Amino acid sequence: MSQVPVLEAKGICKYFGGLKAVENVDMQIQKGDVFGIIGPNGAGKTTFFNMCTGIYAPTKGEIFLQGENITKMTPDKIARKKMARTFQNLQLFKFMSVLDNVKIGCHTQTKTNMADAILHTKRYKRDEKYAVEKSLEILESIGLIDYKDTMAGNLAYGMQRKVEIARALALDPVILLLDEPAAGMNANETDSLREFILMLNEKGYTIAVIEHDMKFIMNSCNRILVLNFGQKLCEGTPDEIKSNKDVQEAYFGKGIVAGEAVKVNG
Amino acid sequence: MQKIKDFYNKYKVIILLVLFVIMAVIPFLGIETLYIRYMCNIMMYATLAGSLNAINGYSGQMCLGQAGFFAIGAYTGAALSKNFGVSFWLLLLVGGLLAMLIGFLVSLPTLRLSGIYLSITTLGASEIIRIIAQTWTPVTGGTMGIKQIPYPEFFGLDMFRPQYYYYIFLFLLVLFLFVTNRVLKSRVGRAWMSIREDQIAAKSLGVETSFYKSTNFMYGAFWAGVIGVAYAPFVNFIDSTQFTTDVGFNVLAMVVLGGQGTLVGPILGAAVVTILTEALRFLESWRYVIYALLLIAMMWGRPQGLVGASKSMLAGGKIKVKEDKAKAKAEGGSAK
Repeated sequence: MSQVPVLEAKGICKYFGGLKAVENVDMQIQKGDVFGIIGPNGAGKTTFFNMCTGIYAPTKGEIFLQGENITKMTPDKIARKKMARTFQNLQLFKFMSVLDNVKIGCHTQTKTNMADAILHTKRYKRDEKYAVEKSLEILESIGLIDYKDTMAGNLAYGMQRKVEIARALALDPVILLLDEPAAGMNANETDSLREFILMLNEKGYTIAVIEHDMKFIMNSCNRILVLNFGQKLCEGTPDEIKSNKDVQEAYFGKGIVAGEAVKVNG
Repeated sequence: MQKIKDFYNKYKVIILLVLFVIMAVIPFLGIETLYIRYMCNIMMYATLAGSLNAINGYSGQMCLGQAGFFAIGAYTGAALSKNFGVSFWLLLLVGGLLAMLIGFLVSLPTLRLSGIYLSITTLGASEIIRIIAQTWTPVTGGTMGIKQIPYPEFFGLDMFRPQYYYYIFLFLLVLFLFVTNRVLKSRVGRAWMSIREDQIAAKSLGVETSFYKSTNFMYGAFWAGVIGVAYAPFVNFIDSTQFTTDVGFNVLAMVVLGGQGTLVGPILGAAVVTILTEALRFLESWRYVIYALLLIAMMWGRPQGLVGASKSMLAGGKIKVKEDKAKAKAEGGSAK
C-alpha cells in the first residue's frame, strides 16, 4: 500500500446552507480498483462525485488525483488530468451523432485550433484521424458501432448510458467515475455492462461506481464505501459490507435483520 | 425526404457546383437592376444572419446585439475609406477584426451569464454602440451620418453598379459558408456544440467552456463586421438609425425562421424575410403585422424553423439517418 492512490479524499465536507450533504469523508482508491460507493437515497453519493470532478467546491477537505491536489481546480482542468465521469441523469449531447459525442471526448487529446480547422493543416488532419479512429475503436468495443451516425437522443435509454461511458473513455482516463451506470437497464443489459466494466478493469482502468443494484456492486467491486446521511458508514470488501451491522441498519432499519425485512415485505 | 438526402449526399459536389454557376451567371441574364439589388440584400442578410447563427445556433448563447457588430464594421469601413482612402478589401479584414475585438470585450462580462441575462447584456452593448455612433460626430458624422462612401475598387475598376455588389456579396457569402463549415466540422465546432447541448457535460470532458464561448462570440462578431464593411458603400450613406436594435431582432427573426443550428437556414430565412418585406410594400406599415403573425405561426407550427433541426441534410452535416432502424433494433433487443 505504499503506492500513491489514484484518487484520494481527505476529510471532505459539503454544506448546502444548513444541510450537511457530505460530512468528513475519507476515501482512497488504489490503481486497479473497482471501487463501489453505495448508500440510501440522499446519502450524498452524487455530491461526493461532483466534488471529486470539480463541479462543486468542497466546503472543507482536500482531494488528490495521483498525489496532485485538485481541490480547487475547475472541471475542465480536472478532465485534462484524465479523470472522466458519467452522470446520473444522462447528460448526453442529444442533438449530435453518437460518433460526434465520443469525438468530443477526444477534446483533451487533440489540439486543433480555429486556424487549423479553416486551413485544414496537418494538425487538423492528424487530430481528426486520431479522434475518428479512437472513437470508432471505443464504439466497437462497447458494441455501439452500428449506431455511430444515429442522433444520440434517439437511442434507447440503456444505450444512451453506454454512449456516456464511451464518451468518458475517449478521455483515456486514469480513473473513470460512473454515476449509476445501470439505472434504467434491464437484467441482461446490466449483466453485459458488468462484464464490460470488468473487462475495462482488466485492461487497466481504475473505476469508481455509484450504484443501487446490489447484485451489480457485490459482483463487480473489490472495495466498497457506504455513505449514509453524508457520513462514511464503513468501507471494506463486499463480504465485510454484507455482514456489517451498521449497513444492514441503514438499509433495513433498526431491529430488523435483513432476512426478516424481506419476510415482512412479503 | 430520405431519398432527397441520399441523392444530395451522392452528388454533393456536382449540386453545389451547379448551384454556384447558376448564382454566378444571374447578373448576365438581363434582370432588372432593382431585382439584382434585392438579391444583394438577401445575400447580405444571409451572411449577417449566418454570423448570428454561428453564435445562437451552434453555441447556444442567445445574442441579440448583432446590429452593434454590424455597425462597427459599417462605420469602420465608411470612415476609413472616406477619410484615408483605405482599400475596401483591406477594410473587410480591419472591420471584421475590430468587430471581433469588441465582441471579445462584450463576451467578457457575459461569460458568467446565460439565457435571458446574456441576451439583455448583448442588447445593451448593441445600443451603446449605436449611441456612440450617434454622438461621436468627428468620426461617425453624428446624426448626419456618413455620405458618399467611396466605391470598392477592383484592379482599377470602380464597383458602383449593383451587379458588382452582387459578386462581392456572393463572394462573402460563399467564403463565410466555406469557412464556417470547416470550423463546425472540427474540434472547435464540436466544442461549441457541446456547450449548446450541455455545458456541465462539456466541462467534465475537458472543454474550456469560457474560452470557447468567447471565441464563438468573436467569430460571430467578426463576420458581422465584415459584412458591415461591405454594406456601407452598397447603400452609400449610413447613419445610426440603420443600426437600431430592430435590425438585430430582424436578423434574429431570419435565423429563427430559417432554422437555428443549420447552415442553410439563415439563408432561407433572409430570403423569405427580404422578399416578404419587398412584396408586401404596398401594405405599408401593415406588413409588419403580417410579418409578426407569420413568426407566431412559425413558432407554433414549426419551432425548429423551415429547414428543421440539425438532423436535416441542409444542416451541412452528413448524418445518415438510421434512427428508425436503430430504434427498431433497440426495441427488439430490450423485448428479449
